[in-house]
Amino acid sequence: MSPQELYQRDREWHPPAYAKDYKTSVSRSPRYALLSLEGSDSELTGPTFDHNDIDPIDNDLIRNYAKSGDPIGERIIVHGRVLDENGRAVPNTLVEIWQANAGGRYRHKKDTYLAPIDPNFGGCGRTLTDENGYYVFRTVKPGAYPWRNWVNNWRPAHIHVSVFGTAFAQRLITQMYFEGDPLIARCPIVNTIPDQRAIDQLVAALDLNATIPLDSIAYKFDIALRGRRSTFFENRPEGN
Amino acid sequence: MVQKLDYLKECASQTAGPYVHIGLAPGDAGFDIYRAELGRDITGPNAKGTRITVTGMVTDGTGAPVKDVLIEVWQANSEGIYPGTGEVEDGFRGWGRVTPDFETGVFTFETVKPGPVAAHCGAMAAPHLNLWLVSRGINVGLNTRMYFGDEDNANANAADPVLNMVEQAHRRATLIASADGTTYRFDIRLQGDGETVFFDV
Repeated sequence: MSPQELYQRDREWHPPAYAKDYKTSVSRSPRYALLSLEGSDSELTGPTFDHNDIDPIDNDLIRNYAKSGDPIGERIIVHGRVLDENGRAVPNTLVEIWQANAGGRYRHKKDTYLAPIDPNFGGCGRTLTDENGYYVFRTVKPGAYPWRNWVNNWRPAHIHVSVFGTAFAQRLITQMYFEGDPLIARCPIVNTIPDQRAIDQLVAALDLNATIPLDSIAYKFDIALRGRRSTFFENRPEGN
Repeated sequence: MVQKLDYLKECASQTAGPYVHIGLAPGDAGFDIYRAELGRDITGPNAKGTRITVTGMVTDGTGAPVKDVLIEVWQANSEGIYPGTGEVEDGFRGWGRVTPDFETGVFTFETVKPGPVAAHCGAMAAPHLNLWLVSRGINVGLNTRMYFGDEDNANANAADPVLNMVEQAHRRATLIASADGTTYRFDIRLQGDGETVFFDV
């Protein structure tokens, strides 16, 4: 018995492979059409993870790389649920994030931006959603930073998010933006997404209810993965 | 007016960017943070079957290596069983992460050769690795497969339902690795001459 198939991915909602204003995509985008496959075990199954794979501190970016104190920056909580398109929680799934520090600098040997590395900030975290699909990270708000596309492009503050779900075909990497950031509308990477509603879905809302008073401000970011079909009636077998 | 369909939309993908390693392979970014990085070992120590090495390069439309790509591998064990669908060897996750050498763009990883698995609608698929590529400039992760050029059952690739769906028969070769003993060469071309077949799965 194979796992249930997924809803077709809405390619009008996702960015196209070729987006001329995001220049790096020009030579890294396939020119031929993707070949659409019906799901088999190869796509409808996927890896699983458990609490032996990660440590409790892994979701605390304020502490998971701290050497001599806390990192510089606005202390924030990022929390939300991983859901599927049916609105059902996706429990026990791995969520990984990475980001620049408060000055907009990444801890990466290829990042040469002049803003300084923060000795107490690694910039990555990971966690498993709980039985209700809930996740939480503590971190500092990343800074905006310049990047080479046009001469004067600035990335809005963002956190990269990687999620698994239960099928390899649900695998998703996206970016979370912050409510109120004027750079969002001006970013060629954001604007690879053709539908404004799909952009809005990637903007985390300021969530005062989840703040820790006198300590950390909070943003809520729900992540939706592809949904699985229900089989009310069996498909006719091969040859239909 | 009609009733509202209360489905959510899948979040739109965004590029993994040039610093994907920080999140998914921090050792490659140049620092050590976790007790253990995930995906460094596809098979675990107890996997049965033929140990193989896969090596290759991802190139862009100009022919240049894509040095900042990250590839995820998902595969069945040597019996053709995906973890989660049946009994597999203790420690066999069937999943891993692969990054190329930043200087040369050549990637290499070790695994075991998977067995044949069920295809859609009950047919059998030839042994293959499922691959997912993300990087700067890739807006939505790209899915492809690697089949084996020296398949023991010579008809397995010829009968594979996915390979046979590739209408331009000469493009099927882009999904088949060439064998040299137990080392397989598999190059992935994102665009241009010999563009690899990618799937919407």
